[in-house]
Amino acid sequence: MTRTRGTLYRGREGMWSWVAHRITGVGIFFFLLVHVLDTSLVRVSPEAYDAVIGAYKNPVMILGEIGLVGAIVFHAFNGLRIILVDFWKKGTRYHKQMLWGVLALWLVTMVAFSARHVMLFLEGGH
Amino acid sequence: MTTTNTPAAFPATSLEAPRSGRIDPKYLRSKTSSGSFEMAAWVFMRFSGIALVVLIFVHLWVNLMSGGGIAQIDFGFVAGKWANPVWQFWDLVMLWLAMLHGANGMRTIINDYAEKDSTRLWLKTILVLGAAIIVVLGTLVIFTFEPCMLDAAGEQLPRAVCPS
Repeated sequence: MTRTRGTLYRGREGMWSWVAHRITGVGIFFFLLVHVLDTSLVRVSPEAYDAVIGAYKNPVMILGEIGLVGAIVFHAFNGLRIILVDFWKKGTRYHKQMLWGVLALWLVTMVAFSARHVMLFLEGGH
Repeated sequence: MTTTNTPAAFPATSLEAPRSGRIDPKYLRSKTSSGSFEMAAWVFMRFSGIALVVLIFVHLWVNLMSGGGIAQIDFGFVAGKWANPVWQFWDLVMLWLAMLHGANGMRTIINDYAEKDSTRLWLKTILVLGAAIIVVLGTLVIFTFEPCMLDAAGEQLPRAVCPS
């Protein structure tokens, strides 16, 4: 007996976009906790804030920031796709095509963001 | 054994759409009003999601893509932004929506993966407390921000932004 093709969902675009949405969501949530705490240092002293925010300005963190923005941009675009699947009459019919659209838009956005972020970091003289 | 889904096996034309009425009450999932909370949470995730795309993309654009980018961010940069009530309001709404959206997402994940009732209760207690602390802290920071910080002796702190 040949293996059946499986279901419409499991192991396919629908499931993997769901997995990626969860993982990026959890990552962004924990960054948000840290980000509110680091910003709160403006109430401690200007030097404390500048010292901690300075930690974001090194090559390793620049890569981390690209990863973070990559997670945010995917979660944002895929979230809009979920809204279209829920509310647009033809959303369920085109959910796969919309996922490829999300990934294409993500790639374009991230190439542009990464290039500019790295350029501005290098210009900053660190 | 192979089964094929012949049209005869699925007389689609005679199937009722799910939840289209005429459901025996014993099959209804919710017998109380708790269903309306989940419905509200579902709607909130969609509307806050759309708002957060705008709020966060502009936040990233202004802080990282324009001006000097990440190199420009320091105490003086924050002071410059929060001198404008629009940015105070922007950051406040972003903080509240992002924390509620994120906390509700984490609640969904806890409900999905924590199988013991007591584990779910503990995790959600920590989640609610953590989210509340972060939202209150962030709100206080936005509204009590003082660009011209002084030390105990009344001297201007290094890097503070004071009117000259």
